[in-house]
Amino acid sequence: MHTLSLWALPSILLLILTMGLFKKIPLYETFTDGAKEGFKVAVNIIPYLVAIIVAISMFRASGIIEMIGNALNPVLMHFNVPADTIPIMVVRSLSGSAALGIFSDIANNLGPDDYATKLSAVMVGSSETTFYVLAVYFGAIGISKLRYALLVGLIADFIGIVSAIWVCNWMF
Amino acid sequence: MNYIFYFLIVISIIAGAMNGKLSDVVNSILTGAELSVKIAFSLIGIMAFWLGMMKIAEKCGLISLIAKIIKPVTKKLFNEIPEDSPAIGDIAMSFSANAFGLTNAATPIGIKAMEELQKQNKDKTTASNAMCMFLAMNTAGFQIIPATVIAVLVGIGYKNPTEIIAPTLVVTSIAFVSAITLAKLFQRFWRDK
Repeated sequence: MHTLSLWALPSILLLILTMGLFKKIPLYETFTDGAKEGFKVAVNIIPYLVAIIVAISMFRASGIIEMIGNALNPVLMHFNVPADTIPIMVVRSLSGSAALGIFSDIANNLGPDDYATKLSAVMVGSSETTFYVLAVYFGAIGISKLRYALLVGLIADFIGIVSAIWVCNWMF
Repeated sequence: MNYIFYFLIVISIIAGAMNGKLSDVVNSILTGAELSVKIAFSLIGIMAFWLGMMKIAEKCGLISLIAKIIKPVTKKLFNEIPEDSPAIGDIAMSFSANAFGLTNAATPIGIKAMEELQKQNKDKTTASNAMCMFLAMNTAGFQIIPATVIAVLVGIGYKNPTEIIAPTLVVTSIAFVSAITLAKLFQRFWRDK
């Protein structure tokens, strides 16, 4: 498994470059021609990122996530969900670094054998930060009307959380 | 998105006031804005690198070759996009990069896929069905090996960190399939205001 992920990137590069050389593509010129776009794309994203990341930073700083967590706790107790893992569920779609941070805290405080460590590992490992992905990808091409994209992402995240609880209850 | 933007900020201010954390909320505006620019600028180099590589991949026909191989799948998922569009190949490359946990490569390639999809989009400020489908696949975060999580577990002395792979794979697959199904359903039933 480890070798597989280690070799994934080098093999893509080898494949692209060898095939380019074989087809007699001017590698260097073509590369620099494509790379020119990099700066423009990154700068295009800035307004969209600022909108989303500032709003989410404010949301996290306001303490609302703890409030939601406390409100959810009595319900989730019935499903054998440790209170420590609830903030991850709330924050997972909003901020990947926050979710990873909470997970590291849980892992370090409760240790490897605790159920909360395993559940939060699965929840963090199986998700992508929906808000960030939408801001970056739509921002890069200047799209501001997302239609149902956010709704789909959030419902799928919710299904992911429910199935994480279910799978972990069953496996650990 | 308008409502979400509004509610995120209004709720933050109200909750911040209730929790006596209003100054934290105000400070977070600056840190959030700085972080956004930091993220965007940190993307420039790797973005340039992969956009350069992808240009070679496109010119030498690798992208259209990949598009041809996965045609049976993509024909169903992206029915509004012509089969031979470079977008299909880009989507496949970005998805595989994500699945292998190569986020640094997946994002630039994914953005290139979005640019190709934008060429076929009629209204340039509104998301097309194909874009929503691609991002549904993306936000579900399908990953074969959750490398960062395993690294944390190894760090705390978890004896068998690979036991986390199987449940994660099950969960991520369920989320992935639901995202695709939802995107298909919304594509059929969504009515734009």
